[in-house]
Amino acid sequence: MSVMPRSDSDIILRADNLSRNFDVPGGLFDRLRGIRRILKAVDGVDLAIRRGEIFAIVGETGSGKSTLARLLLRLLAPTGGTLEFTGEDAGPKGTAADLRFRRRAQVVFQDPYSALDPRMRVGAQIREPLDIHRVGPRSGRDALVLSLLDRVGLGPEQADAYPADLSGGQRQRVSIALALAPGPEIIVADEPTSALDLSVQAQVLNLLSDLQRDDDLTIVFITHDLGVVRHFCDRVAVMYLGRIVEQAPTATLFASPGHPYTQALFAAIPDHDPTRRAPWPVPIGDPPSPLSPPTGCAFHLRCPAAMARCATKAPALRPVADGRAVACHLFDTPSPPSPAKG
Amino acid sequence: MTLLRVTGLRTEFRAAGGWHPAVDGIDFVLREGEILGLVGESGCGKSTVANSLMRLLPGTARICGGTAQFGEDDLLALDEARLRTLRGRAIGMIFQDPMTALDPVFRVGHQIEETLKQHLGLAPDAARTRAVDLLRSVGIPAPAERLRAWPHQLSGGMRQRVALAIAICCNPRLLIADEPTTALDVTIQAQVLELIRTLLVAERGAGVLLITHDLGVVARVCDRVAVMYAGRIVETGAVTDVFGAPRHPYTRALLRAAPTAEAPRGHLPTIPGRVPGLAARPPGCTFGPRCAHAKTICAGPDAAAPIPLGPDREVACVRHAAI
Repeated sequence: MSVMPRSDSDIILRADNLSRNFDVPGGLFDRLRGIRRILKAVDGVDLAIRRGEIFAIVGETGSGKSTLARLLLRLLAPTGGTLEFTGEDAGPKGTAADLRFRRRAQVVFQDPYSALDPRMRVGAQIREPLDIHRVGPRSGRDALVLSLLDRVGLGPEQADAYPADLSGGQRQRVSIALALAPGPEIIVADEPTSALDLSVQAQVLNLLSDLQRDDDLTIVFITHDLGVVRHFCDRVAVMYLGRIVEQAPTATLFASPGHPYTQALFAAIPDHDPTRRAPWPVPIGDPPSPLSPPTGCAFHLRCPAAMARCATKAPALRPVADGRAVACHLFDTPSPPSPAKG
Repeated sequence: MTLLRVTGLRTEFRAAGGWHPAVDGIDFVLREGEILGLVGESGCGKSTVANSLMRLLPGTARICGGTAQFGEDDLLALDEARLRTLRGRAIGMIFQDPMTALDPVFRVGHQIEETLKQHLGLAPDAARTRAVDLLRSVGIPAPAERLRAWPHQLSGGMRQRVALAIAICCNPRLLIADEPTTALDVTIQAQVLELIRTLLVAERGAGVLLITHDLGVVARVCDRVAVMYAGRIVETGAVTDVFGAPRHPYTRALLRAAPTAEAPRGHLPTIPGRVPGLAARPPGCTFGPRCAHAKTICAGPDAAAPIPLGPDREVACVRHAAI
């Protein structure tokens, strides 16, 4: 069941019941006994991303947010569910429709050093996608490389540099120039500022927000940093163990986190104001292993509000109000409780 | 009571054919029962401070000045034998990656018990009992079974808790924690920081030198903070004072660059330029070339001398009164 109405014409990317399982190779013993272990990295995710918005997907290690990013980019084939881009199913790999998709959807990774070829000059790397996607006339592409560098705040002299000559922030700018080269409509950025220092992170976030505004880009922003989400994103989906547990406009979510996991996550983030040291409520224990998730709601073992049915029945993601959807039995009752003030 | 007094610490690295200071003459005091945050961005020298105090520097580095008075001992001048009795006993250490502290080929229990036998001379049975208690105190469920686990069988958060158990097993008076929660998720980070504060500081009155790049962590758990930039401490004070009314232009810029609840949506203020490399530190104030308030005087010899502003409060900016 999709959370958003299907008629929205401004939906650029829609996922329906999107899932991805991984076979985890067991030991020799498991193999002899024919035991297969399956990890459900992404487990029935519904998403509808609107054109021109910055959509955040947040979650902790193992929540499946990076797998979801790769599914959205079709870098990884889903094991279940469907993905639509501007209303059409993208074709199988290698078809014209697939190549069109790859031109219109681009990626920025966390570590710009491993995303760039260390033995290739920056200018040549940015030129490559222009050639592959035949962007403009061949004679104009060198000028295009320079304008892309300028767009991300780098000078023409940097075209001749190797990645090793650049700082971390400059390398991430080159990664963004690479992503912009084919003229995409949507960019999926997986922790693009996590490896950067605070002052450099601010520069890269400003750049991404300029691109969104000026080029009408849609950005899907995968992160674990809620400060960045609050400052920078329009809507947020919170993931826990492969599922979306809550989705809402940023202001709504931060004003009153609804799902107990969202509340625990927000409470764990250290406030930058030392005069506001609220008691630090910590969830008990570690996240469960995605290889053997708990029955029912995946969060019920750590949840302070768990009830009997949470152990047996997994709650579905359901719209409540103000564009918010929550997957929690607390919201099942005919008159749902108002979410606790965060 | 003063636990650790560092004076004029200077540590140089070999780079670009010469020796250059990564830590360029820093002073600070850590008291019993307090957490002092040493905060700064990559390359500011904060980890070099920790490694200098523990004398765990690589061969390309040398300590070439200063003292670090810890009780009777100057940590920078101690012989190796005395250092070994202090490290792991009176001084605990915890690092960003717990796998660097744990030996992959020994079971977790063995590593804790070995430390207890070595430093406290406990008998095997007593060491085992104490190890179970320690694992329980750092929040590891089923501690008796976990003693038999190998490090690789534990999650990152569990490993860091084991590393913390080893760091505190001999009741250290000083804990040096270098980015102890940087590799952990926020919910686990909250648990580990809370453990450090309750187990070590509140209950035993130990002092903690917490090295981090995370301003939120500093605001949350530290009593006092020292802000580092390019090898020097630019500002120190109580966390509430420094965060509430930062006096150094770098501290101000850093706090403003953080995307927080209060920051308005839209452009974040940034700091122009980049941190100068080891071999290219400018004369005078090292932040001068990037500073919006810099004048000629800032390149002068005393531009970055620490100026006391009150008890426990210093700023290393010659123009602090004018900005």
